[in-house]
Amino acid sequence: MTGMNANGRAAKSSRWTFWVWIAAGLVLYAVLGLLIDSGVIDSYMSLIVYQMCLNVILAVSLNLINGFTGQFSIGHAGFAGVGAYTSAVMTAKMHLPFPAALLVACVFTAFIGLLIGIPTLRLKGDYLAITTLGFGQIIQVVLINLQYVGGAAGMTVHKETNFTWLYFAALITVAVIANFVRSRHGRACIAVRENEVAAEMMGINVTYYKVLAFTIGALFAGLAGALAAHTFYFIKPTSYGFLQSFNILVIVVLGGLGSITGSILGAVVLTLITALLQDYPQWQMVIYSLILILIMIFRPQGLMGTKEFRLSSIGLGRRRDGHAAP
Amino acid sequence: MPLLEMDRVTCVFGGLRAVSGVSLHLNQGELVGLIGPNGAGKTTIFNLLTGVYAPSEGRIQFDGESLVGRAPWRINKAGIARTFQNIRLFSDMTVLDNVKIAYHNHVRHGVFSSILRLPNHFRGEREIEDKAMAFLSIFHLEGKKDEMAKNLPYGEQRRLEIARALATQPRLLLLDEPAAGMNPQETRELMELIRFIRERFSLTILLIEHDMSLVMGICERIYVLDHGTVIAQGTPEEIRSNPKVIEAYLGEVTS
Repeated sequence: MTGMNANGRAAKSSRWTFWVWIAAGLVLYAVLGLLIDSGVIDSYMSLIVYQMCLNVILAVSLNLINGFTGQFSIGHAGFAGVGAYTSAVMTAKMHLPFPAALLVACVFTAFIGLLIGIPTLRLKGDYLAITTLGFGQIIQVVLINLQYVGGAAGMTVHKETNFTWLYFAALITVAVIANFVRSRHGRACIAVRENEVAAEMMGINVTYYKVLAFTIGALFAGLAGALAAHTFYFIKPTSYGFLQSFNILVIVVLGGLGSITGSILGAVVLTLITALLQDYPQWQMVIYSLILILIMIFRPQGLMGTKEFRLSSIGLGRRRDGHAAP
Repeated sequence: MPLLEMDRVTCVFGGLRAVSGVSLHLNQGELVGLIGPNGAGKTTIFNLLTGVYAPSEGRIQFDGESLVGRAPWRINKAGIARTFQNIRLFSDMTVLDNVKIAYHNHVRHGVFSSILRLPNHFRGEREIEDKAMAFLSIFHLEGKKDEMAKNLPYGEQRRLEIARALATQPRLLLLDEPAAGMNPQETRELMELIRFIRERFSLTILLIEHDMSLVMGICERIYVLDHGTVIAQGTPEEIRSNPKVIEAYLGEVTS
């Protein structure tokens, strides 16, 4: 067969590519860690870095649902809320060790995602948007009225995380979702986005892949929520409403629906902008909105579109497919 | 026993009988044409065969098993693939990825293998890539593997759709107006291609087509559909001389 040899090389190079990315991630960790330890990044700025890590997890996981699989979910913060409160109950009330609480939170949030996904995603159309919107509201109302977790006043949690926890959680999230997307399973999800009828006719179990993407997305939202709870050691129901879901959606759209590196870039940029605008409270929303409007006018497809930043674009590795490096 | 059998199948949408008491069969290895004026119910029959619509009445059997009530992806797994009248490629994916999707069910590596990049992920993905490239080279599309499907010229999009359908490794291939929009030269090449893939993959083919030179040229039997019912069937010669067909359809085309 022609091209056999080249294909063999391509597969090898993709194996290699993955480890180069991981190595780059570790180098960035070392650099940021050093800067934080040495005080170059002060405690206020390190909070911004923490928030970036959390936003990366939330945006990349929402991108799997909205960008890659083409399902419109607008309740991502609700899942973060489920993760936050589950983990908080586990550590503060059940006195479970933090890693165990994290695991329980992820599994439970994924389960809730499954519960919502199965009936909703069987239907074709925009039902998911309506359901997830309602889900976000229900979560808030339930939490406000649940005295066991402090009701509207919120709940205090131990601080359990540090930069290492947050950074590696983000790194693992990106690695898992990138590996998922770049496999036959991820291609199936993209095919569902591109043309549901044709995908089903090619033997793709459309409902299965929609529910799978939605559940994986919920799991990582739960992770981000649990980490956030134990980073900022105080949680309240209003942190998981529509506005927060909308903020995550903005990051994903701004970075580019269907681009993981776009979501990372979007998370970093928007977290920075939000942090910088803290100093001008009266102009904050005006400037924020203005920036969004300008980006959408000049790059309606988002910063990265559906493209990815690839090693090949800086002269490393081989070009593997048609996604031209930007 | 025929490979595919539709027995008095009726499909009703509200008050409209799109297909009414249609019986047809395909024997293993046959190349059969399905013709008829616009709105006769040809594409509805394809949609019934692939599970997009459920018949209101009647039986559909493929290889001895009923297809009624089965999801389209299960019907594809059972061995039926199709192309679409209005092309339905994954337009924002590469040509290669379009074909790779179709090979999805012929490898086994699971979600965890892919996430953890276990060896069987790489084995499976390499098999997908090699097989997809082999299908592309049959259709002379290997040079375009990295192009977005939406950027291909029309004729190549049609060929890619057939390549993609074949990559699911069907036993029965349903082609919905494959020559639509092609010039006579392209149509002749398409005829050769259909003959070739039929031999190479020992396919049974059901073909909807308006281009009479193509239908008469390659089909062994033809069903003629009008207003949702079969008004004639037989060899191309029989169809050509059938007065009912001439009246309903061919008269206008050949005169």
